[in-house]
Amino acid sequence: MRYQVSNKYKAVVIGGSAGSFQGITQILANIPKDFPLPMFLCLHRLKHVRNGFVEALSIKSNKIVAEPFDKESVKKGGVYLAPANYHLCLELGNTLSLSTEELVNNSRPAIDLTFESASYVYRDKLIGILLSGANKDGAYGMMKIKEKGGMTIIQDPQESMINAMPNAALAATKIDHILTVNEIVNFLLELDKACRG
Amino acid sequence: MDDNTPDIEITELRKLTQVIKDKYDYEFKDYAMSSFKRRIKRVLDLYKFKNVDKLINVLENNPDYFEEFVSEITVNVTEMFRDPTFWKVLKEQIIPNILLNHNKITVWHAGCSSGEEVVTMCAVLDELGALDKAKIIATDIDTAIINKAKNATYSMKNMEVNNKNYARYQGTRSLEYYFKETNGEAVVHKSLLENVSYRKHDLVQGAIFSKFDLILCRNVMIYFNQTLQNAVLNKLHESLFKYGYLAIGSKESLIWCEIANKFIVVNNEEKVYKKVKD
Repeated sequence: MRYQVSNKYKAVVIGGSAGSFQGITQILANIPKDFPLPMFLCLHRLKHVRNGFVEALSIKSNKIVAEPFDKESVKKGGVYLAPANYHLCLELGNTLSLSTEELVNNSRPAIDLTFESASYVYRDKLIGILLSGANKDGAYGMMKIKEKGGMTIIQDPQESMINAMPNAALAATKIDHILTVNEIVNFLLELDKACRG
Repeated sequence: MDDNTPDIEITELRKLTQVIKDKYDYEFKDYAMSSFKRRIKRVLDLYKFKNVDKLINVLENNPDYFEEFVSEITVNVTEMFRDPTFWKVLKEQIIPNILLNHNKITVWHAGCSSGEEVVTMCAVLDELGALDKAKIIATDIDTAIINKAKNATYSMKNMEVNNKNYARYQGTRSLEYYFKETNGEAVVHKSLLENVSYRKHDLVQGAIFSKFDLILCRNVMIYFNQTLQNAVLNKLHESLFKYGYLAIGSKESLIWCEIANKFIVVNNEEKVYKKVKD
């Protein structure tokens, strides 16, 4: 195995912005339907368009992608997408919460908030993946994940359509793996095996 | 994000909420943890307090600071005609239904923030020719923001998004009909808000004070944990006439709440419920 996957991991958070749609679609199309870990997706999106995005992500996905309601319980293998114009956070006690707090990094949802709250809940059992994007959202969140002992992965800046976001994370904290989307998919497949092991 | 302050521990938050409860009789212990922690961190950054103990110290010794503190930890992000399709449902379905059986309509904006939704409600009622039949109460925990709501003066920059929302709502006028531009600000016509009374009220500890045909409490309870959500929902339920309507945020749900069986869903997409049991 190329990566230090183990069954200790309990959740995956993925952040992305401009240029990440193709990557995230590819990931969702390739992970198995019964991938056991919950995944929390925070992708920058149009603030005032409530419908359409989750449907677009679902087309090729093996899993059902859902925009959670406030205080919804996290289910095994669930895929949760931050809704338009809300921050998505993790709460202790296995629930999700939404918030209309101020924009962070000019974004709502902000990747930093999803990542930081997830790192607080899952500690060293969290994997953070940051894809292509045009600003620095997610860098602070990746730093928090690393501080708690979680694993950090960025999309290879050379492959990223816009590399500002992965590069900002690289500058902010230690990144465990710099991978292309194909390699991220392979990583998640190995993780899948390890978690079933 | 800044990271000048260390992580805040839950034990520190417990200590803080206890001090606030003892000294000011405000109850924050059942606020949702991740957002409450962020609000406190924001206060530490804003006032350059080096830790939660410093904040506690200031709160213990400067009662004047407390109101300001409440303003800073309260989330006041709102828009006119936020979720345009919601307002369309109110205009075309909910309000006409209420007026079918009554000649008046009472509305409570629970957590009115800077008042954009109150302005919106009045505009919708005006477009229905029902403004003079309405009695509207707007409440918030934050005194400063209630004064802002009363002033009903908004920066023209914010009006851009409000205008876009209004267009999506497919209003019969232009939003400009409701305000006058003065020194780069949109001043809402006082006549539009004649039937509104604004008052300070704490949803968490405040008493039930009246009965309503329609309560709007959108994106307020998301800052509470489930225990507190249940308690507040009980109050909202009690504050509604039988067959009155409750509107919550589009990403909130009553599904997990104890009180769910006393409501029916009127519009699931826009999260409008009707009280069917006392």
